[in-house]
Amino acid sequence: MKLQTGTRLGLYAVLELARDPERTLSAADLAERFGVSSHHLAKVLRTLGSAGLVRGGRGASGGYRFTGNRRRTTLMDIVALFEPAPGQRAKESGEDTDIGAALQRVLMEIDEIAEATLRSISLETMLKSKGPSLRSG
Amino acid sequence: MVAIRLAQASDLPAISALDRRLTGSDKPQYWQDMLGPDRHFLVAETDKGALAGFIAGEVRAWEFGQPAAGWVFAIQIEPRLRLHGVGTQLFEALVARFKAKGVTRVRTLVDRKDHLILSFFRAQGMVAGPSLQLDKDLS
Repeated sequence: MKLQTGTRLGLYAVLELARDPERTLSAADLAERFGVSSHHLAKVLRTLGSAGLVRGGRGASGGYRFTGNRRRTTLMDIVALFEPAPGQRAKESGEDTDIGAALQRVLMEIDEIAEATLRSISLETMLKSKGPSLRSG
Repeated sequence: MVAIRLAQASDLPAISALDRRLTGSDKPQYWQDMLGPDRHFLVAETDKGALAGFIAGEVRAWEFGQPAAGWVFAIQIEPRLRLHGVGTQLFEALVARFKAKGVTRVRTLVDRKDHLILSFFRAQGMVAGPSLQLDKDLS
């Protein structure tokens, strides 16, 4: 499954900040950590701020911290901020044909499974998972 | 604080009632069968003796071609007692029984639209297993 860059950065930023809600990190700190553009990350952080997941300082050196609920926020909550919901997707050409409709049913099945997976994993579950990179933080 | 113990026939009315309230379906015979010798049927009881929740499972070998694993068939927690670790205690107690039987994997099937129960099992460390469930409407 391929996520758009903004979605991936949103997940990176939220998970990094949610590791320690007391800690503040600047957009530049986060950008350096994940090797991405701080300009792009600042835009992502604004979206996360509007959703109430992070609260941020002003300017390049202003720090951001996590203000959401680790147990109640799922990966899907973050993904939905950046990706169009399956039902809101623009119709592709050919979808009205019988082959297009049959293909669409298969793609919907995949989307539903992906959504169920993302919706079932809270930030808390993700951060306490056994992956060494998440435990060492 | 709850105590975990084996379910008994006298627990069945409360188990059936809790399940009926949460799922809308009445299946007393199904719960009766869970008391069978190969089944692991546990209840969580409050210090006042009320039912806080239950879990049921069984070790099954070569089901759908898979080697022996502990299967969780059902878990229900009284809604007003949720978020206090009752489900986790029940799950851990069932897993301990599975381990004692020598199995090293635990499995379940979950409705993919039931995000609450999916989140619960994820929080217990469960991930997508090796099988995909397939289904066909025969009506």
